[in-house]
Amino acid sequence: MSAKKCLWIAVPLVAVLVMLGWAGFAPLQVSSRDELFEIPKGTYARRMAGDKVEILPSRIRLTLGLNDVLLLRNLDDVPQVFGPTIMMPGQSFRLPFEKAASYDFACTAHASGQMTILVDPHPAMPWSKIRWRVIKWWENRTR
Amino acid sequence: MIRRLTLLLLLGTSAAWAAPDPGALKAGVLSPVMAAPELKLQGSDGKALNLARFRGKVVLLAFGFSNCGEVCPITLATLAGARKKLAADAANVQVVYVTVDPERDDAAQMRKFLGSFDPTFIGGVGTRAEIDAAQKNFGISSTKTVNADGSYNIGHSSSIYMIDRAGGLRAVMPYGHPVDDFVHDLKILLRQ
Repeated sequence: MSAKKCLWIAVPLVAVLVMLGWAGFAPLQVSSRDELFEIPKGTYARRMAGDKVEILPSRIRLTLGLNDVLLLRNLDDVPQVFGPTIMMPGQSFRLPFEKAASYDFACTAHASGQMTILVDPHPAMPWSKIRWRVIKWWENRTR
Repeated sequence: MIRRLTLLLLLGTSAAWAAPDPGALKAGVLSPVMAAPELKLQGSDGKALNLARFRGKVVLLAFGFSNCGEVCPITLATLAGARKKLAADAANVQVVYVTVDPERDDAAQMRKFLGSFDPTFIGGVGTRAEIDAAQKNFGISSTKTVNADGSYNIGHSSSIYMIDRAGGLRAVMPYGHPVDDFVHDLKILLRQ
């Protein structure tokens, strides 16, 4: 194999390895541990009018130590029940999670009335960090 | 050598996970704090049950029923455990347990049921309409399931509301938290 051909293979390979090395070993950083969801004004009225409005995803994924606090804001004109609590109009509910598990909650802001919060363990190992970065990148891309 | 370096690198990068703020509540926090909806019920202690009675104390409010075989005994044992761990501070913590089964739970029944966990616990009883109003105000749902033999069970919301000394609805602890989480939060609320 010629030196030029080797270079064509080696350069991208090194680039990929450097990228994976960074993704696997560089510390994960987030600006806030809050994962914010807002129930907009008029949600209840729209639902009463027969609109199958979907404000919150049926499944929310959180990660311990990174985004492990669910922050809900009720901007609607009526109280909304989210799982463990009732939120008055204008009120927010900040729920921290400290254990990796799947949590099922009732939620009146959701059309199905149910919501699942999946809390992943903190990604400590390189592979789990790479996975977390890929998931976040994909979420930001599709949001 | 390489193994050691890798380990150091892993430990170094994992250290970025900051532990939760010890001054923050482990329960879900409501903001801004609003006054807790008032209860208009009868207490298992024979007096009228309203939250105003307990101003100056931190109130742990939950809903359940005396025939509950799963959730309520665990919740009540946890709350009793938290009061025990608080020692002298427990005098400033009042547990209020409102029935979702007024057809079977009267004051005497609730007193007997709650007393097996902690004699200071106060039960809330009333007519179906009074209980429904209390449930609605706190966003509590309950669903009755009738068995083949005519007996029934009630699935119900299982969170514990934390009401501060001034009567503000401060936080909500979802079901399943251990005694130490309650002790942690109660100590914070009692300091305020």
